[in-house]
Amino acid sequence: MPQSHIMPGFRPAISFTLVYLSLIVLIPLSAMLLKTFQLSWDEFWAILTNQRVIASFRVTFVSALSAAAVAGIFGFIIAWTLVRYPFPGKRLFDALIDLPFALPTAVAGIVLATIYQPNGVIGKLVLAVFGVQIAYKPLGIVFAMIFIGLPFVVRTIEPVLQEFDTAMEEAAASLGANRLQTFIKVILPNILPAALTGFALAFARAVGEYGSVIFIAGNMPYISEIVPLLIITKLEQYDYAGATAIGLVMLILSFILLLLINLLQGWLRRRNGQL
Amino acid sequence: MKITAAAHAHKPLSLSDPDGFKYLLITLTLAIIGLFLVLPLATVLTEAFAKGWLTYRDSLTHPDTLAAIRLTLLTALITVPLTTMFGVCAAWAIARFEFSGKNVLLTLIDLPFSVSPVIAGLIYVLVFGAQGWFGTWLSDHDIKIIFAVPGIILATLFVTFPFVARELIPLLQEIGHEEEEAALSLGAGSWKMFFKITLPNIKWGLLYGVLLCNARAMGEFGAVSVVSGHIRGLTNTLPLHVEVTYNEYDFVGSFAGASLLAGLAVVTLVIKTFLEWRQAQDLKSARVASE
Repeated sequence: MPQSHIMPGFRPAISFTLVYLSLIVLIPLSAMLLKTFQLSWDEFWAILTNQRVIASFRVTFVSALSAAAVAGIFGFIIAWTLVRYPFPGKRLFDALIDLPFALPTAVAGIVLATIYQPNGVIGKLVLAVFGVQIAYKPLGIVFAMIFIGLPFVVRTIEPVLQEFDTAMEEAAASLGANRLQTFIKVILPNILPAALTGFALAFARAVGEYGSVIFIAGNMPYISEIVPLLIITKLEQYDYAGATAIGLVMLILSFILLLLINLLQGWLRRRNGQL
Repeated sequence: MKITAAAHAHKPLSLSDPDGFKYLLITLTLAIIGLFLVLPLATVLTEAFAKGWLTYRDSLTHPDTLAAIRLTLLTALITVPLTTMFGVCAAWAIARFEFSGKNVLLTLIDLPFSVSPVIAGLIYVLVFGAQGWFGTWLSDHDIKIIFAVPGIILATLFVTFPFVARELIPLLQEIGHEEEEAALSLGAGSWKMFFKITLPNIKWGLLYGVLLCNARAMGEFGAVSVVSGHIRGLTNTLPLHVEVTYNEYDFVGSFAGASLLAGLAVVTLVIKTFLEWRQAQDLKSARVASE
């Protein structure tokens, strides 16, 4: 049902879109669904309740949650500073924020492993001062996930802070609110939808991340093995059923996260519309 | 966030943050950017040149490295135009016409962004792999897709799927269709309207999408790693070559390859910043013109 009768090209455009979508995304994805349906419920359940599989889900989700939380705080500090305070080289630093988006994950992986390993630049320091080893431990996974999650938070909060009407802060201050009250009652509620969206985006990315994590993780089953790596391990052992069952659970989880993020973004848009 | 709130409390009845607080946040920001972003970038270079320029050059001119570079370029050369063509078609249909199921279509276009790259590889193994749907047929006809170049291209098409469409849909919606309708009513044909009106209007956004799509196509690791088979000189893209050499403790070789990819990332960021600036300029002048 074209909106305007004189606009050309609806049929060819939508046809190509749907055919391409089916070939590249829908048919291959449905292969995963059908492959899982070949399993009985008991087989499916046995794969998922295997101790090693459960452990890898726990490692992945705990790491992703911690990393998204840290990225949330770091991202907020960076966005606030970049929007509110002038300082030399600001534009350069602002452009650098997107580096984790642009840097191939394999490069991020080997670099982070090099920096955080026990004799790496930061790894050596942290080991000497705190006695904590980062690389090849679960903590290394968290550091890699912070790296890739950071730009999501900064880039979601930044535009909202830029659009934020300082007249609201002025009003709060002139009504006698101190800076803390203004921050908690005026600024924070307005930034919250963006902060949560950024957190959710960073979390979703971290859960599925493979390249930047595997070099630093140590990849010990039960301890520092992430779900995407376990899927690859199963594929390499020709355990297609196992890989597919775990993959399907991951896919369903990403679907749920995607819907959640869409809801958050809708909320974010409505809030900004009100400003 | 707690730190921020507590520090704010020191200066009541004020609109601007106290200087001390300001400098604390600027220092924290620079520290995070320095440690998390600048240091990794610098480390790529120091590691690549750890054994001097000659070793670096030899690593880059090694036949396996050159084959990996060629495959990476070939992959980008095939996938970027296809993703771009899809992006333009999808954006045209979605931004210019009303039809039922549009929201579902939008969600499906976004889907590859939220799927783990490993799953992007896995699904093609299930379709084209030895045990997959077409596995027997393909091996009977001596066609290799998995552990061969076509698999790498398919996996890259999947992970780059939304890049151009996502840029163009909001842009086309914002620009509106008045100019296009005017051109049509003045007698321009569809293609003439597209090339004379639509394309000039969306060119910066289109280039932006193509740029990011290219960066991902050249840098993709997880999805490609599943379908490639890591055959030296044949199915290793540059990111896979970086992995293989790293795992063989050839750190200079690995970081030499990584330095090319990091260079690609930096160039991408520079062009991206330029395109964002151009797009903002265009929007500004469009607004001035409409007033």
